[in-house]
Amino acid sequence: MLKNFVAATAAMVAIAGFAGVAHAGKDLDTIKARGSVLCGVSTGLAGFSMADSQGKWTGLDVDVCKAVAAALFGDSGKVKYVPLSAQQRFTALQSGEVDLLSRNTTWTLTRDTSLGLNFTGVVYYDGQGFMVAKKLGVKSARELNGATVCVQPGTTTELNLADYFRANKMTFKPVVIERLEEVEQAFFSGRCDVYTTDASGLAATRATKTSAPDDYLILPEIISKEPLGPAVRHGDDQWADLVRWTLYAMVEAEEYGVTSKNVEEMKSSANPVIKRLLGVTPGMGKMLGVDEDWIVKIVKQVGNYGEAFERNVGKATPLKLERGLNALWTQGGLQYAPPIR
Amino acid sequence: MTDIASGAAPATRTSRPPPRGEAGAIGWLRKNLFGGVGDGLTTIVLLALLVWGLWGFVEWAVVNANFSAKSGPECTANSPGGACWAFVRDKYRLIFFGTFPFEQHWRPLFACIALFAMLIASCDRRFWNWRLAVIWLAGSGVALTLMFGGVFGLSFVETSSWGGLPVTLILATYGLAFAFPLGILAALGRRSKLPLIKSLCVGYIELIRGVPLISLLIMASVMLPLFLPSGFTIDKFLRALVAVVLFAGAYIAEIVRGGLQAIPKGQYEAADALGLGYARKTFFIVLPQALQVVIPPLVNTFVGFFKDTSLVLIIGIFDLLNAGEQAIVDRNWSGFANEIHVFLAMVYFVMCFAMSRYSKYLERELNKGVRR
Repeated sequence: MLKNFVAATAAMVAIAGFAGVAHAGKDLDTIKARGSVLCGVSTGLAGFSMADSQGKWTGLDVDVCKAVAAALFGDSGKVKYVPLSAQQRFTALQSGEVDLLSRNTTWTLTRDTSLGLNFTGVVYYDGQGFMVAKKLGVKSARELNGATVCVQPGTTTELNLADYFRANKMTFKPVVIERLEEVEQAFFSGRCDVYTTDASGLAATRATKTSAPDDYLILPEIISKEPLGPAVRHGDDQWADLVRWTLYAMVEAEEYGVTSKNVEEMKSSANPVIKRLLGVTPGMGKMLGVDEDWIVKIVKQVGNYGEAFERNVGKATPLKLERGLNALWTQGGLQYAPPIR
Repeated sequence: MTDIASGAAPATRTSRPPPRGEAGAIGWLRKNLFGGVGDGLTTIVLLALLVWGLWGFVEWAVVNANFSAKSGPECTANSPGGACWAFVRDKYRLIFFGTFPFEQHWRPLFACIALFAMLIASCDRRFWNWRLAVIWLAGSGVALTLMFGGVFGLSFVETSSWGGLPVTLILATYGLAFAFPLGILAALGRRSKLPLIKSLCVGYIELIRGVPLISLLIMASVMLPLFLPSGFTIDKFLRALVAVVLFAGAYIAEIVRGGLQAIPKGQYEAADALGLGYARKTFFIVLPQALQVVIPPLVNTFVGFFKDTSLVLIIGIFDLLNAGEQAIVDRNWSGFANEIHVFLAMVYFVMCFAMSRYSKYLERELNKGVRR
């Protein structure tokens, strides 16, 4: 019995060794040796990660992958995208199938600890909201007692909804529909009074799925926190640092007015913060283990946080999302980068 | 009597045509559609419904359709109530080739052509000998070289970038090509007299048939990596392919077993009497007859599995259907999911229909000796 076990273990080790991809201990070394970042993205979510008509990945989550590649390799194209379904995403990260999970994933304590992940920041602060027809005359979610609510099953959305109504001692009739297209249609055809999902989703639905967006109101109450951010697995803090500070660099660049258009001129700025940011005063890149002009490359190839936001989900896109919570802290939002110094 | 004996009468006797209204198209109509008042009314009502429904579709799909718009809202504005085929036009390359690098779409295109050529050539019975192996080696070699690249100056493309038609074709073709021999072995094993082999085969078949394909795919894609040593991963596409092979193999095994049981016992005994060993008896006497019997259910399974390959969505592989779903995600074209689905349905239909026609032809060909 023991003999068999030893033999089996030896065989497993031999296979792993033969494949030559066993960990050298550091994810970052593996990534550098490979020459590209394996980035887990969603199988299709407008504005965050989707393949465009040419099959190229675009979106806010995708831009995080690109920015990391730009910082590490100086080329935002050195990303291999691995589309992952919701069930697969954590296993794929744990097992090393991807180096970085950037797939509209909510940062929670459970995921950060027991799943063995490290979340490295928040790309998009989302939260669950309610949308109603204006003709109902409802101004607050507290007036929704007895309402029929359209909701997609099997999501935290459904649980949050039940929690919220129970906490406020109200009742509701759920209309549970699996597919997004169908749940939206049910709401606009009047099968339910209220439609609930993440606020970004509500705004996108209102902007695109009805010819009279002004007839619908998104209620002010946000009943859950959904901070969406990239994650890496436990075990390589240096890699986690790089992903974390790439995100902060994009936010910091926006705060100091460095854009993809003016980044070259900004290099001659007298502001010591910008000098550090763009590597004119060296040191930051070295500490992260990348080139000194890493932020220049990020901003030039991907843009600062505001640019990425506007390009993918902002006013000019079909999603038409407000900055809202995702505005810089200087403008009343939550996007706040620790100092790069 | 004398008339007949003289032999003159049959030559002069001409048969008169049946009365008008009994033969030809009119006769057929009267007999089948307007046999009585009730029949006639039913026919008219159903015909009216059919025309009404069909016209609605034609109006949507052709008359009011838009082929040139640049975005969804433009479609809605220019051709309300019509199909927005411009959406399909904008997205057809994404649907057929997924996220394969855009500039190199000729590679999956020619890979598909190679696969189709290989499959069509394998349909011809004249090639059913050593040539079949050559055809498959050549076809697979060309297709996989084009898809993977990495040689002859072609850039290497990971399976995670593959998508669309080649993925569906590769999963279905190789899934079934590997499942077929596996299924035959399992079927023979299940009828084996050796208890170990028999119980292994029964266990495999019943275990696989007892779970849905989706759970196998999830197992292969979510559970398996957890058992493997850290950092050691098997390609996701390969895992899905193995799951499809195992699943299809079990079903094919049961079909083949049905065929084996349909062969009269006398055939086995005759082979034994001739002194043939197990291998020769099985491969020269039993299997050829058994497989011929089970062509219809086999093709049914093939068609089913061809479509079941779309379940790989659950593990994030973009086959034809899911590349289409990917196109639907685009909010610039929101609200036109039907167009993509109708388009995909046509693509699937063409391929599945071709398969079923071929099976019909094959049945006729192989039954030539039996038909009188």
